Amino acid sequence: MSVLVYLENWDGKFKKVSFELLSYGKKIAEDMGVPMFALSLGKVDASELETLKTYGPEKIFVNDNGFDSLDNEMYASAISQAAEKEDATLVVFSQDNVGNALAGRVAVRLKAGLVSAVSAIPISYDPFIIKKKVYTNKVFGHVKVNTAKKILSLSKNTFEIIENAAAGVVEELALDHAEPKTKVESTDKVTGKLLLTDAELVVSAGRGMKGPENWGMIEELAETLGAATACSRPCSDEGWRPHTEHVGQTGKIIAPNLYIAIGISGAIQHIGGISNSKCIVAINKDPDAPIFEAADYGIVGDAFKVIPELNEALKNA
Amino acid sequence: MNFEFTEEQEMIRQAARDYARRELTQDVMERDEKAIFPTKHVKALGELGFLGMMTDPKWGGSGMDTVSYVLALTELAKVDASVAVIMSVNNSLVNYGIETYGNDFQREKYLRPLADGTAIGAFLLSEPEAGSDATKQRTTAEDKGDYYLLNGTKNWITNANSASTYLVMAQTDPTRGHRGINAFIVEKDSPGITLGPHEDKMGMRSSDTHSVMFMDVKVPKENRIGEDGFGFKFAMNLLNGGRIGIASQATGIAWGAMDLALKYSRERKAFGTEIFNHQSVAFKLADMAVKVENAHNLCLKAAWLRDQKKRANKAAAMAKRYAADIAMEVTTEAVQIHGGYGYVREYHVERLMREAKLTQIYEGTSEIQKIVISREMVKGL
Amino acid sequence: MNILVCVSNVPDTTTKVKFSGTQLETEGVQWIVNPWDELAITRALELKESGAGVDKITIATVGLVGTETTIRKGLAMGADDAFRVDADPTDAFFTATQLAEVIKAGSYDLIMTGFESADYNGISVGGMLSEILGYPSVGAVSAVNIVDGKLQIDREIDGGKEVLSVQTPVVASVQKGIAIDPRIPAMRGIMMARRKPLTVMPAVEVEVYTEVVEIELPEAKSAVKMFDAEDIQGLVNALKNEANVI
Repeated sequence: MSVLVYLENWDGKFKKVSFELLSYGKKIAEDMGVPMFALSLGKVDASELETLKTYGPEKIFVNDNGFDSLDNEMYASAISQAAEKEDATLVVFSQDNVGNALAGRVAVRLKAGLVSAVSAIPISYDPFIIKKKVYTNKVFGHVKVNTAKKILSLSKNTFEIIENAAAGVVEELALDHAEPKTKVESTDKVTGKLLLTDAELVVSAGRGMKGPENWGMIEELAETLGAATACSRPCSDEGWRPHTEHVGQTGKIIAPNLYIAIGISGAIQHIGGISNSKCIVAINKDPDAPIFEAADYGIVGDAFKVIPELNEALKNA
Repeated sequence: MNFEFTEEQEMIRQAARDYARRELTQDVMERDEKAIFPTKHVKALGELGFLGMMTDPKWGGSGMDTVSYVLALTELAKVDASVAVIMSVNNSLVNYGIETYGNDFQREKYLRPLADGTAIGAFLLSEPEAGSDATKQRTTAEDKGDYYLLNGTKNWITNANSASTYLVMAQTDPTRGHRGINAFIVEKDSPGITLGPHEDKMGMRSSDTHSVMFMDVKVPKENRIGEDGFGFKFAMNLLNGGRIGIASQATGIAWGAMDLALKYSRERKAFGTEIFNHQSVAFKLADMAVKVENAHNLCLKAAWLRDQKKRANKAAAMAKRYAADIAMEVTTEAVQIHGGYGYVREYHVERLMREAKLTQIYEGTSEIQKIVISREMVKGL
Repeated sequence: MNILVCVSNVPDTTTKVKFSGTQLETEGVQWIVNPWDELAITRALELKESGAGVDKITIATVGLVGTETTIRKGLAMGADDAFRVDADPTDAFFTATQLAEVIKAGSYDLIMTGFESADYNGISVGGMLSEILGYPSVGAVSAVNIVDGKLQIDREIDGGKEVLSVQTPVVASVQKGIAIDPRIPAMRGIMMARRKPLTVMPAVEVEVYTEVVEIELPEAKSAVKMFDAEDIQGLVNALKNEANVI
């Protein structure tokens, strides 16, 4: 029996979320009294694999034969083979585009119950019950998993990184290869820009900014903080900002450490996308804006005056 | 008795609500301020079938019932009464008039484009000196054998510029009084038609209202509706039904104002609590709700009677009288609940208040409705 | 090309949810087509109308008779026919298994699912469905196009997108961007909706993999701490020393 953690890589590198997944998997493995293994598919530098050891995997399975781009079927087959080989009773994925695409497929292959977007360790192991947010983050459901094998996908930035060194023996995983039925024809990607879904700090603005021409001060504030920029739905619908910046129930659901909402009234759909943030700051000229009910800190004031001042104060902080 | 809507009726209501919230809200304020005609919305609503929703599918309409029509108009008017009146005139006056009283030639040529949303219609009855008293038509239609020759002026014509098809009432035989009036389908680009300037109205500013001048306008004989002398009865029959449209519009205006006031009252704080928690505000809202519910039910009753092919004159007049009057009351109270914010444009309720006023005036003033109601009472109807 | 869109019936996303036990109290709840599914139908319609070679659009749902309203909304929008598997969906695996039966009984080239449903937020039906059927799948789909009769699918990746060619049949889990606004049904569509075929299928037995055994309300949030607009430094100090986030 074991816990298997699937780790995606980004151009051969791991990210903070990879260590969160390992820390999470290790905690559960310890509770269950079984070893934890990690699996990485695709080309990753040896030095990167080395960094994983700190977080507790007994073995790190690797295979970079043909895993240049994501084909869900092929990857799911590989992960399932690894899980079966090591008799994994629990497989952990990251709750993101890749994890979402793979977890369901692996669940069917392993005849495993899947609980997605969890943010804490199970409430109990026998029966296996774990908490997750349901109904667009409005309430928690306690989900009981009846199958012998289980799959979880962990939301980003919800589980603390714990150092817990282990052998971390890198081992080539022998695989029966499936032929990919999807092919990446072209890629269009901006590199070097801080991604909204990765960002620990997010500066977000809404209709209160009056128009796209006023986003300069938002970007300056984000730069000072090293934060990503985001917006509310009306701003992306109006074409003021790209759709990829839209945060809310129908856009991106994020959980940064700090979310600064500027000129965003805080409709229930918006709150659904940010309620997992650790700290929410609201800046709005309307003292009755619902965003203040979701916020930890608030300022009633004119964004055009407050933001430049806040930017200065943060530079000196 | 059944107060449930059918699935189709609910779907139509939702479609109208989605369109209003998603599309009309975006530019309603700008169109009001600059008095811009909602060209793109009229086109979109035409494509969705709203402009001919009650017309038989045989003539390019959607064949929906009057209850659906009430629901759709009410939803549009919650956000934008100007768009609602354009739809109302098209459906309950022009389309209904040609479909019910015209012949197949007229239906094919004029009703089809109106019903499928590619053309708009206008209804020309009011004159500078014939408003509530429509029996005194000064516009003349001289019988010239093959054609009629129209001369005169019509006032306060909704859709005057955007419409391509006019329904015009004119006096052919003054010796017969209102029995000498005829109704004609007149193409707007006929030689001899000129428009007065765009009326700078208090509300419903994005609907285009003009006076229309006729100077020796030739109208083919085949464009007369019904028998010679049918025009006055025709106009009155249309108005009897058309009132349901304006009553629904008025209900929507009141409803929209109530929704805004309720929302505001739960956000705005005074004396340490949301103003909703002050009884003076809560009671105002409760009274609004009773009024809106009553107005809506009166509209639905009149619509139901029409759908059952029963006489709806009294019910429609009651709906129009009541809905228009409470629209004025409810919008005024909504402004009051908003306080100073209510008096500025950004909060919408002052616009709704301006729009409400017109519903007490056009398609029969509230006073005219009382005449209709009382006459029906005397008839024992 | 035939497209099947899987739809689910969910409470309006602005609904304030209340529970008795693990049962959602349905009084006053407005049910809607899951927003992402609605966008998927919209995109399918756009493709059909563009003349790119879509022959038929089918809707499939797993739900009791009450969900037919939602299905007919899809038909009113313009879909050609629909299937309903007569069962109250329990978990994603149950739903995926039932949908797979519908798909096996027909012939579809593209199957679209909304990337998550606004009730249990499972995010997994699309992946499970493709695995049960043995079809390729693409997640995080932000665009579906037909170029020279072939499907071309955009997948969102961190910082951008990938354009994929795919073998069909394929399952695409779509997200925002697939279409801008959901299609508003036209009167004519509403009128036609009841006349379009809606086939009801019995559910197949499925082992219960997961079940919700308890609903827990989130803890009440502590009240917001307000700073005066003149006291920017106070806010910065709080972020630094109290919340420890900068």
